[in-house]
Amino acid sequence: MLSHDHAVELHGVSRVFAGRAVLDGFALTIRPAEFVAILGASGTGKTTLLRLLSGLDRADGGTVRVPRRRSVVFQEPRLVPAKRVWQNVVLGRRGAAARARAEAALTEVGLADQVNAWPKTLSGGEAQRVALARALVQQPDLLLLDEPFAALDALTRIRMHELVGQLWQRYRPAVVLVTHDVDEAILLADRVLVLSSGRISLDLSVDFPQPRIRSGRDFSDLRIRLLSELGVAVH
Amino acid sequence: MADDLNHGIIKFNIPPARQAPARGSEGGLIDLSPHLVPAPGRSRLNGWLLRAAAPAVILLAWQLASSFGFVATEVLPSPADIVAAFAELIRLGDLQAALPVSLGRAVAGLAIGGTTGLALGLFAGLWRIGEGLFDAPLQMLRTIPFIALVPLFITWFGIDELAKLMVIIAATIFPMYLNTYAGVRGVDPKLIEAASIFGLSHRQTAWHVILPTALPSILVGLRYASGAALLALVVAEQINARSGIGYILNNANMNQRSDIIIAGILVYAALGIAIDLLMRLLEHLALPWRPKLALA
Repeated sequence: MLSHDHAVELHGVSRVFAGRAVLDGFALTIRPAEFVAILGASGTGKTTLLRLLSGLDRADGGTVRVPRRRSVVFQEPRLVPAKRVWQNVVLGRRGAAARARAEAALTEVGLADQVNAWPKTLSGGEAQRVALARALVQQPDLLLLDEPFAALDALTRIRMHELVGQLWQRYRPAVVLVTHDVDEAILLADRVLVLSSGRISLDLSVDFPQPRIRSGRDFSDLRIRLLSELGVAVH
Repeated sequence: MADDLNHGIIKFNIPPARQAPARGSEGGLIDLSPHLVPAPGRSRLNGWLLRAAAPAVILLAWQLASSFGFVATEVLPSPADIVAAFAELIRLGDLQAALPVSLGRAVAGLAIGGTTGLALGLFAGLWRIGEGLFDAPLQMLRTIPFIALVPLFITWFGIDELAKLMVIIAATIFPMYLNTYAGVRGVDPKLIEAASIFGLSHRQTAWHVILPTALPSILVGLRYASGAALLALVVAEQINARSGIGYILNNANMNQRSDIIIAGILVYAALGIAIDLLMRLLEHLALPWRPKLALA
């Protein structure tokens, strides 16, 4: 099984769609409890990589090793509209124990008062917090975040950043965050990868301490470096 | 006008053409402040009165036309005659005997046809093999108007209860099948993907994700099927009716009693309304999660 020093091991992974190799000879290892952000323009293989890690898609070749317990927070909340919020959090499970677990997870994301609500009555930020609670109750060793903040307003996004940071500190899963937002990547991650044409073109550790502030010198230097790697010139 | 000009407008050198529509809303503000509405109880009463007005006028005109002899009562009996016909039917116990028989036929046909349609729809929606087996044949069969099957069913099943039941079954299978199948297939694949991520088996996904999400569509199917059951009941009861509302109509037809015929038709209409109310209540109870949208 998995060696103790890796939460994710990918070697020589390829994935081909309609004759086009989206990933080719792709390699990546992630340590337990490491927070990795993946940046890249559209069509560079971010989503493909995340689908391989989640198990929703299989590679055409190579080795893909991931923990058994994985969770995903998608860009959309993907809640079942006909189930109450707590039932969505422990989807497929019933009874008092399941409900207690759901309530605990919802309390952690600040939604203790919405346990019995229907998903369609929630705001976008609330629905996404329910999705986060649903991912947490799985006690994942690997948490996959697929642009989970992209559809939220700026203020809600800031709160979600804080929440995800806190929850990661408390539970220490390995996290893979796919995002378009360079600031978000630097704020949250230990390590930032830039993907281009199915390869890792840049792999940087972010070693300045938390909490990070956007106005810091380290922050802006790293930001400029990442943006230029993504093809955006900043002066 | 002169007053307006003195209130500083002239300082900004607005050309005279722009000043013209001073009275209207064009280019200005429109009023969207809350209206002063009458008390809700009273406005609801007014609404009822408004809706009752046209039927009341028609009824009155109908009664007067009969009373003054403008129409022959054998052709179109007056509303009072029809009320009297109802009283007669109830006094003789005909209506009390007929209603349970007719309702029983409709409910039995709907139960069998609806359950069959539901089962086929779920099978075709959830399993590829079910879709392959059933969808194409059912899509072909559904294009046949069920009324066209009546002569065939009489040849096959005789002129007794079985033929009547089969007509109602044939009428209810398809609306139920189509809506169930569409509902199951219409569930967002992203939800199913999420369920698989969170470790739900196929069976759990069907039970906890697909069925609850498809339920609104299934209930629409049930509502259509109920309407179809009533329609099929009317047709089926034309076949050698010896009991039920169809029997009352048939008898009245032979005795030239148009008042009783109209009373029988009104019973069918009342059944239709009752079924619709029942279905709405069912939807209300079964789908508490749907936001209530009411367009006034």
